[in-house]
Amino acid sequence: MNKSPQNQPPVSRRQFLRDGARAAALAGVGGLIGAGVEHSATARTVWQIDPQKCLRCGNCATHCVLEQSAVKCVHAYAMCGYCQLCTGFFEPAPNDLNTGAENCQCPTAAIKRTYVEDPYYEYTIDEKLCIGCAKCVEGCNRFGNGSLFLQVRHDRCVNCNECAISKVCAGDAFRRVPVEQPYLLKTRSH
Amino acid sequence: MSGGRAFHAIGCALHGPFRSWLSTIPLLFLLLVGSAVAEQRFPPPDFEGGHQIPVTSAPAAREIWLQYLDVTVLAASLGVATWLVFRKRSRKGLMGLSAFSLLYFGFWRKGCVCAIGSVQNIALGLFDHTYAVPIGVTAFFVLPLLFSLFAGRTFCAAVCPHGALQDWVLLKPIKLPSWLEHGLSVMPYIYLGAGVLFAATGSVFIVCQYDPFVPIFRMSGRSLMVLSGAALLLLGMFVGRPYCRFLCPYGALLKLGATVAKWRIRVTPDFCTQCRLCEASCPFGAMREPEAGKAGAQTLIKDRRRLALVLLLTPVLMAGGAWLGGRFSVPASRLHPTVSLAEQFIKERATPSRMGTLTPDELALERARQTPREILTEAAAIRHRFQVGGWIFGAWVGLVFGVKLLSLSIRRQRTDYEPDRGDCFACARCFEFCPNELVRRGLPASTPLPKLQSCRVTTSVPGT
Repeated sequence: MNKSPQNQPPVSRRQFLRDGARAAALAGVGGLIGAGVEHSATARTVWQIDPQKCLRCGNCATHCVLEQSAVKCVHAYAMCGYCQLCTGFFEPAPNDLNTGAENCQCPTAAIKRTYVEDPYYEYTIDEKLCIGCAKCVEGCNRFGNGSLFLQVRHDRCVNCNECAISKVCAGDAFRRVPVEQPYLLKTRSH
Repeated sequence: MSGGRAFHAIGCALHGPFRSWLSTIPLLFLLLVGSAVAEQRFPPPDFEGGHQIPVTSAPAAREIWLQYLDVTVLAASLGVATWLVFRKRSRKGLMGLSAFSLLYFGFWRKGCVCAIGSVQNIALGLFDHTYAVPIGVTAFFVLPLLFSLFAGRTFCAAVCPHGALQDWVLLKPIKLPSWLEHGLSVMPYIYLGAGVLFAATGSVFIVCQYDPFVPIFRMSGRSLMVLSGAALLLLGMFVGRPYCRFLCPYGALLKLGATVAKWRIRVTPDFCTQCRLCEASCPFGAMREPEAGKAGAQTLIKDRRRLALVLLLTPVLMAGGAWLGGRFSVPASRLHPTVSLAEQFIKERATPSRMGTLTPDELALERARQTPREILTEAAAIRHRFQVGGWIFGAWVGLVFGVKLLSLSIRRQRTDYEPDRGDCFACARCFEFCPNELVRRGLPASTPLPKLQSCRVTTSVPGT
């Protein structure tokens, strides 16, 4: 269509408003970058469970966005008593102290029980099988040394913007931790 | 060492009593006392055989340079998308780029980190000074916005995996009636306001929690979200990019940026013959038809009256919205876990603690019972924040409606068919259909022309 340049002012009102709004927006974004750089120069965080706050409710097994939860049971071996009757491994009233499924807490047989020397047994977690249900953690915390506890495993965690488990965590145990120290491991000194 | 052995003998001897203990002792008692004395009931043994105690493994988090790689890929993709839209003017190139973005940002990075969700991190960072926004997230928030201020929504065109996914499933677009289009177009701003409200109060990132497409990228997720994603994709086969147009909160920001963009996207820099092929080619209803230049004196008076009315109405809408927002702040605050826990605590104050195996909710309640004062004070503070936030959110919704009405009452002068600055996703479809553009680029009209007739028919069917 024909344009009629003779009727147009050099800068139309709309163009002026548009330029002004753009300049304001650029200033705003610039301010945001400035504030962001000042505030978060070193900040990069990942999600982690505070084992002292964890209530072993079982939500970790079901609320992770991943099909198999990124939360796994980990074992602080240095704290472990290497008990023959491990209350994390055996269910409350085991028929016998052997690895039969009917005697075990773990629904997926993810805990391996190996004989070390009389009367000690070592318990290791197979993370491929562990679903993070915290049944063993509960048993170990209640009657044992508490050497089994839940942690977000960062080789599996996709580090969601907001962890889906953290919003349903009964103990409010999830928090963002610096990426340099991505685990809150239990140690013997506790 | 022998002491250790003795302890373990006890540990084994405990076997019998252990059974009866479990059934008799209230579990809650152990829960409360247990945490203090749980450790070192059985001293770690000294092995005679020299058994080495393994070390707890701690696989590292994702490497930091990969985060910078994400930002670099984002910046490069934005640059390429802008170049493809403005210089190459190539739909094929954009399709290739969107396939790449879908694979990289979508299926490889699993839709996280994403620009849409970054709005909430920024909001939380602004209101909660203990939370530091990661640099990568800031970059994902800022870069597409900067590009939109100069080149329009080239992020939406081919960089955003959500847009790419919907663009790829679009089979047979129908044109929505304009009342529906205008009505739904306020939704992203309301969703944006809600997202900011819930993020700033530290409750929940609703935009992330209810994202329909991330479960598809991850191939897992809550069934409700998988279903809504599938439903949106199904709808997206006929309605172009339903999420981008009627929900995406970040798209709402980009739309504002694109409205004041320095360069605008044109169907052709050449002259327009008003063949209307571009109008039929746009699946997103972003093409605007020419409007008659000068209006008569009568219509001008009517227009001005209407404009004045809407201008007066906007503060009323905002005040009404603020009042309503204040009313709704109490139910909204229940989305915050601490507030809902505090309410549950007050409700069940009189009832005694439960015994036996507790559900997660009951465990949380027991936690509240241990530190009631802290939980109640925190909940009260959050509720106060929601009160203020509710007013602001309500006023924002009123403003959104007011501005929508204003934009509908402003008379525009358009001589050619042009894509709307804000609504255009820069998908480059119309470039392929404009005969003048094809001639200008020295291309034969290889693509079959759209059936203009059938499109006209669909526009006249209400409710499609």
